[in-house]
Amino acid sequence: MKIVFSIPLTLAAVALLFLATPRVAQAQADCLSCHADTTMQDSAGHNVGVDAHKFGASIHGVLKCGECHTNIKDYPHPDQVTPVKCDTCHADEAAGLVGSVHASRAEHPCTSCHGDAHAIFPKSDPQSAVYPLNVPRTCGACHGNDAMAKKHGLPNVYPMYIDSIHGFALSKEGLLVAANCQSCHGSHHILSHTDPASPTYKVNVPQTCGSCHAGITADYEQGVHGKAVAAGKLDAPVCSDCHTSHSIEQPTAAAFRMQSTPICGNCHKEKFSTYRDTFHSQLGSLGGYVETARCWDCHGAHEILPASDPRSPVAPQNLVKTCGRCHAGANASFVKYQPHANARNRKLNPALYYITLFMNLLLVSVLTFFLIHTLLWLIRSRYDQVKAKAAKGGKDA
Amino acid sequence: MPDLERVSDGNGEAAGTKTRFFMRFTREQRYLHAVLFTTFLGLAATGLPMRFSQSIFARKFASAVGGFGAIIFFHKLFALVLTIAFLIHLKEIFTRGVLHREKGIFWGSTSMVANWKDVKDLVGHLRWMVGLGPKPQFERYAYWEKFDYWAVFWGMLVIGFSGYAMWFAPFFARFLPGWALNAVLVVHSEEGLLAILFIFSIHFVNTHLRPDSFPMDMVVFTGVESEEEFKHKRTQEYERLAKAGKLEARVGTAPAQWQVNFSKVVGFTAIAIGLTLLVLTLTAYFI
Repeated sequence: MKIVFSIPLTLAAVALLFLATPRVAQAQADCLSCHADTTMQDSAGHNVGVDAHKFGASIHGVLKCGECHTNIKDYPHPDQVTPVKCDTCHADEAAGLVGSVHASRAEHPCTSCHGDAHAIFPKSDPQSAVYPLNVPRTCGACHGNDAMAKKHGLPNVYPMYIDSIHGFALSKEGLLVAANCQSCHGSHHILSHTDPASPTYKVNVPQTCGSCHAGITADYEQGVHGKAVAAGKLDAPVCSDCHTSHSIEQPTAAAFRMQSTPICGNCHKEKFSTYRDTFHSQLGSLGGYVETARCWDCHGAHEILPASDPRSPVAPQNLVKTCGRCHAGANASFVKYQPHANARNRKLNPALYYITLFMNLLLVSVLTFFLIHTLLWLIRSRYDQVKAKAAKGGKDA
Repeated sequence: MPDLERVSDGNGEAAGTKTRFFMRFTREQRYLHAVLFTTFLGLAATGLPMRFSQSIFARKFASAVGGFGAIIFFHKLFALVLTIAFLIHLKEIFTRGVLHREKGIFWGSTSMVANWKDVKDLVGHLRWMVGLGPKPQFERYAYWEKFDYWAVFWGMLVIGFSGYAMWFAPFFARFLPGWALNAVLVVHSEEGLLAILFIFSIHFVNTHLRPDSFPMDMVVFTGVESEEEFKHKRTQEYERLAKAGKLEARVGTAPAQWQVNFSKVVGFTAIAIGLTLLVLTLTAYFI
C-alpha cells in the first residue's frame, strides 16, 4: 500500500534530481526517498527500509547506497539485488575468514556479528555489536544456544563465560580490558583449538593469556609446567587446564579453593592420594576453612619449581618459612612432617607403615574377638532365658 | 537400716515382694560415666566427619554446623572437658589408692587390675557359651568390664596424646621425630575409630542390650541394682559380702521413679546417637 502510494511522489523527485545532477551512483537521498520508510518490504517480505538517521551516523553513513548495492544504478531498479560484497573494501577481514570456523558466508554473513548492515559502528563505539562490552552478547547469540552448541559438538560457553571472572569484570564492572571472546579467539580468523595456529591451541594458550597476564605468563614459563610445555610435553598443563577456559573463577575465592585440589590430582594421582590421607585434606574437604593448605599454597601456582631448586618454596631450606605462613611457630623439626607421607609404602615411610599396620591389626583383632565373643554370649544368654521362662510355664518365652 | 529397704514399684520383679537395692557406683563414678559418654558422643560426632571427610554425610554435617571451623572447635572443647574428667579420675585413684592406702584399688577382688581369675573367667565364659562348661561366677568387675575400663584408659592416653600433639604440633615437634607428626594422625584416627566401633557395638551389647540387661543396665545411672540382679550378675561378690557380713553396709535406696525415667531418656538418647554414628561409620566406607 505504502509503496503504491509513494511511487508518484518518488518519480517526481527522481525526475527532478536527474535533471539537476549527473547520473553517477545512486545518492542516499534518492534511495531514501523510498527506503526511509522503515516498514518497507519487498515482494518476498524482506524488510528493505533503512533508518536514515542511524545509517547516517553509522560508519558507512558517508557511502552512497550504490557503492554496496552495486547492481542498482537506475530507477526503477531490478527486483533482485545482488548480495553485498563487504570484501570489496574489507579484503583483509575477508581473507581472515577464509579457513576459519566461520568461513561459510551462508551460515555466517558479516552481519551475523556486525549487526544491522545499515547501522554498523566502529568497534570503539558503544553502539557497535563488536564493541568490547557487547562482544559476549553478540557471540552468545549463537554460542549461548544449547541446540546450536549440541549441533556443532561445542560446549554452551556463553553462560560459563558470563559467570566467570572475565564475564563478571566485563558485564558487571564494565571493564574494557576484561577479556571478551575475541581477546582469546581472535575475530575474523577464528580457528579451532585443535589447529596449531589457533591462539587457543594448547601450546599457544600461555601467550594468549599472557597478552594481558604478562607477569603470570613470565612466572609460568620459569616453572616446571611452562618448561615442559615449551619442550613439547603436551601432558603438562597450560593456564586453561587449571583455570578452565570459560568458567574461570577468582582463584582465591572459597568456591575455587574448595574444588581445586583434584585439578592437580588429575595428573599427580599419587601425590593427590597421599595428600588425601593428611589432615590438610580432611579438614579442607569440609568447608568453612578454606585457608587449609591446597597444592599451590606450598608449591606455588605458576612458578612451580622442584624441591631441589633453592628458589622453590618446598626446597628444604625454605620449608620453615613456607609452613610458617600458616603454622605460627613452625621450626626445623616441625617441617620434618611429610605432607605426602605414604603409609602404604614400607620403604619410603617405614615408621608410618608399621604404626599403621599395628593400629589396623589392633582394630581388626579386638573387634573380631569381641564380635565373636558377644555373638556367642547373646545366643547363649537368650537360649538360657527362653529355657528358664519355659520352665516357669512358657509365658513370654 | 530398715528405712532403706523400701518397696520399689518401678523396678519390682514381683508385686508385693520387698526388693532390696545395693549400691554399685558412687555418685562421682556415675557423673564420671555421664561426662565420659557425653564427651565421647561429641568427640565421635565431630571426629567421624573429619575421619571420613570425603563421604556425603561428613560434608552435609559439616556444612550444617558451620564447616570445619565449627567441627574442630567442638572437638577440642569436648576433648578438654574429657581431659579434665580423666585427670580428676587419676587424682581420685591416687588419693584413694596411694594417699589413703585404701584396699582393693590396685589388687584384690574389687580392683580394676586384671588377675588370674579374669583369664580363667574368660576361658570359662567362652566354654559356657558353646556349652562346654558351667557359667563362671563373677566378682565385682568381670573381665569384659575391666577390658572396657582399660580400653578407655589406654584410649585416653593414646588418643589424648596424639590429639594434643596435633593441636600443638610446633611445640610437640621440638621433642618428637618428624615421622611422629605423620603418625599421630594415623594413631588418633585409628584408635578413635576402634573406640567408636567398640563402644557403639560391643559395649552397648555387652553391658546394655544383652538379654540379662536388656534394654539398658540402669545401674550406671541410678547407682543401685536390685538384689536379684546383683546376685545373678556378680554372684561371687554377693556371696563374699554375705559371708563377711558386709552385705547390709551396701544396701542403698531404691531409685526414685523420676530418676529411672530421666536415666532412661538420657541412656536411650545416648544409645540412639551411638547406633546412628555406628551406621554412619560403617556406611562411610562406601558412600
